[in-house]
Amino acid sequence: MKVLTRWFSRNLIRIYMVLGFTYLFIPVAYTFAFSFNDYIKSNLVWRGFTWNNWKQPCGVLDVCPALGNSIKIGLLATFIATILGTLIAFALGRYAFRGRAVTNTLIFLPMASPELVLGASLLTIFLNLGMNLGFWTIVIAHVMFCISFVVVTVKARIASLDPRLEQAAMDLYANERETFRRVTFPLVAPGIAGAALLAFSLSFDDFIITNFNSGTTITFPLYVYTHAERGLPAQANVIGSAMFFLALIIVVLGQVVSAKRKVGTK
Amino acid sequence: MAEVVRTSGGATAELKKKSLIPYFLLAPGLLWLALFFVAPIITLVGTATKTQGAGIGEFIQTYRWANYWDALTGASAQFGRSFLYAFIATLLALAIAYPLAYGIAFKSGKYKNILLVLVVAPFFCSFILRTIAWKQILGQNGPVFRTLVDLHLISSTTHITASVPAVIIGLAYNFLPFMTLPLYGSLERIDPRVLEASGDLYANAFTTFRRVTVPLSMPGVVAGTLLTFIPAAGDYVNAEILGNPSTKMIGNVINAQFLNTQDYPTAAALSFILMIAISIMVMIYVRKAGTEELV
Amino acid sequence: MPDASTSAKGDLKLLNLTKSFGDFKAVDDLTLTIPEGSFFALLGPSGCGKTTTLRMIAGLEDPTSGKISIGTTDITDKRPYQRPVNTVFQNYALFPHLTIFENIAFGLRRRGVKDVKAQVDKVLNLVELPHLADRKPTQLSGGQQQRIAVARAIVNRPALLLLDEPLGALDLKLRRQMQIELKWIQTEVGLTFVHVTHDQEEAMTMADTIAVMNEGRIEQMGTPAELYDNPKTAFVANFLGQSNLIQGTIIDADGDFHVVDLYGQKVKVLKARSHSKNNSVLYAIRPEKLRIDNDGHTRPGNTFKGGHIVDVSYIGVSTQYQVEMPWGQEIMVFEQNDDGVPPLDKGDEVTLTWEPAFSFALDGSQDVNAGSEVNPEEE
Repeated sequence: MKVLTRWFSRNLIRIYMVLGFTYLFIPVAYTFAFSFNDYIKSNLVWRGFTWNNWKQPCGVLDVCPALGNSIKIGLLATFIATILGTLIAFALGRYAFRGRAVTNTLIFLPMASPELVLGASLLTIFLNLGMNLGFWTIVIAHVMFCISFVVVTVKARIASLDPRLEQAAMDLYANERETFRRVTFPLVAPGIAGAALLAFSLSFDDFIITNFNSGTTITFPLYVYTHAERGLPAQANVIGSAMFFLALIIVVLGQVVSAKRKVGTK
Repeated sequence: MAEVVRTSGGATAELKKKSLIPYFLLAPGLLWLALFFVAPIITLVGTATKTQGAGIGEFIQTYRWANYWDALTGASAQFGRSFLYAFIATLLALAIAYPLAYGIAFKSGKYKNILLVLVVAPFFCSFILRTIAWKQILGQNGPVFRTLVDLHLISSTTHITASVPAVIIGLAYNFLPFMTLPLYGSLERIDPRVLEASGDLYANAFTTFRRVTVPLSMPGVVAGTLLTFIPAAGDYVNAEILGNPSTKMIGNVINAQFLNTQDYPTAAALSFILMIAISIMVMIYVRKAGTEELV
Repeated sequence: MPDASTSAKGDLKLLNLTKSFGDFKAVDDLTLTIPEGSFFALLGPSGCGKTTTLRMIAGLEDPTSGKISIGTTDITDKRPYQRPVNTVFQNYALFPHLTIFENIAFGLRRRGVKDVKAQVDKVLNLVELPHLADRKPTQLSGGQQQRIAVARAIVNRPALLLLDEPLGALDLKLRRQMQIELKWIQTEVGLTFVHVTHDQEEAMTMADTIAVMNEGRIEQMGTPAELYDNPKTAFVANFLGQSNLIQGTIIDADGDFHVVDLYGQKVKVLKARSHSKNNSVLYAIRPEKLRIDNDGHTRPGNTFKGGHIVDVSYIGVSTQYQVEMPWGQEIMVFEQNDDGVPPLDKGDEVTLTWEPAFSFALDGSQDVNAGSEVNPEEE
């Protein structure tokens, strides 16, 4: 008994971690499992295993166009937000200028505001301007809330750079432009890539802000939400699971590559 | 900052140029935020004081500031519920995330990075999909419900979903990574020798945790609770999918008034009040936490 | 709550202490007694097992086997907070969220001591920093942090104070000053200090007794003077200061002396200072014990003839010569600059002379370079 309690107290944290991760992954596992369900109409009850949903992910009306919209919006918003955010990050990380505090506040506020308020206020201005809601208003909204996250991620990377590396480059006859191109940018690039990945996943998964500003355009989260009442096709589970594994692979590959690089430079 | 020292001739020219570069870098991004974040918030304040015009969705600016008061009194129950649910969900998330972050920071050795990826990984599966998955797992046909019924812990006529606990569990679940990552960040920064020093100075494991680990992880606790509380207070998806009509949060009201009843002034007023209320709570909280003298 | 001031007291005894990490034995069957009230140093290169030994005494590492006791109390299985032992950590490990006062009071409060304020004030006065009580550790200089770390530990009046490379983070000048101060504090409070360091000078300045560790074992233990004057292994001879070690054979006896043949030259060594079990020896002489002449002048004692100076370094108080011997080995000579004579030149043919009683002989089967390839400054 004493041995048992001792083992238990020693491994308490590990037991807790297993429980915590189980909690985190239960819905993901459920979603994945039910992507193989041989369902009729609503994917609520387990009826048997089938590959059909994975073989025909677009086999249901509207699901693939919605996915397509999400990907298009995600790529576009990521592209714009990454550029704008990276520029701001360099300004904050490498220059002294007046208005720093205002800039920092402006970057921080969108992250600290509830999505609902962001979505609602954007909708108000679009309505007041008489703009048609749809693909482009979604892109505008997504860029808006992604910028801050890009700035924070890239700025952290710039801050972790040893300024002596740039000084060394200039000491070795590289001018500002060459220093930026040969030293600064390559070193910051992993941070920019990480920021882009974050922006894409935020955009791809966003529901609340999108719901306010989408008009008749349907993205993947909107599709899932509107079909939840009537019963979700298993194809949605297929797409959700596929995106999950795809993202996981990208992140793990990224880690492996950076780990290899570290070993290589030793 | 990282510019090299230059000889006198080039120095002034360089400084002038340097003083303009950051503004060029900032301009496009900040312009975007000004147009699509600041301007909308201002418009929101203005829209809230409009009154009903001739047709549905048509409103005239009458500067009726009483709209704010009307909106607040009309939805006070939902406001209260929002903050209560968000508060409980934040505590729940903290209770789940702290040991998780602690374990990753101190007990996982070379698996640290893999475990960190696993914390974020559920995010890659759609937020709505996971919330729906919870509904079905906890629902009448789901495994949890049937197990509890078989164990005679609940009767088959009760519901786990469509209830307050389900909404709170959903909220805590959804923002768990936001809680875990900052906690991990501040725990990981603690020098393990400081913890050894505490043990050396007659503190047992529990006292060390209470007197050293927790105070040193306060920045992470503050950041994590804010990152959980703010989106949870404004959320309506969990209340919609996992709740029932009597669990409606302020988000559900605002959403419905914008998109269904098209009562824009009331919706705008509620949004603005929500934002102000959250800001005030955050400020009080940060000031209170600040008295602990964060490192 | 354990009361550090009354519980265990007496000598620290390590008995067959072993710590293995997989196949690697960090500490190998260590048996050692550290007398109460002494200033004891564990000296050795990085990876010799000294820090692991210290951590086992502190309770931060569990021994694979063996026993640790203070006086008659076995503390082997006690948790760190149950031991009357306190540590001054490398880099100090001061609590960054607490003031200096609260840092020092930490241990007292855990033990439920009553007059915390009086005791903290007293120890702050002892380390001469009473004005810093309300500061945070980050606002202090390295030297001040170091003194606070000592104060935080000694305020508990432990049976044993462990110091883990306590001066490693300080610059040379401050380190010298702190060495003297630590020694003074130890005499003042009369606690047993166990000091772990890779810096031989630091160990020799402060400790009453030094144990030189290598590969998890103790090579030799004694007072600083004993260790320097009469090392028993090549490792100690090279690690503490420098030694010229020359391969040779004992061929005869002459009263209290052995006669040793070194590449055809006959020299003497006291039998009492000869530590070889057989006739094969490493004949050893410290560089500062050698006299150097380039004019054929012979002094009484042992001599080497026919050396050539290959390198001269003028240090100020002394001049260091590298002398190549006829058999190819280079011998190091330190000559005090006390006679106003300018240094000799590179290429000069020289004669080396020394007092036979100053030399010592080690077992001939050892590596001549043992203890000298390790860079003691590396951590």
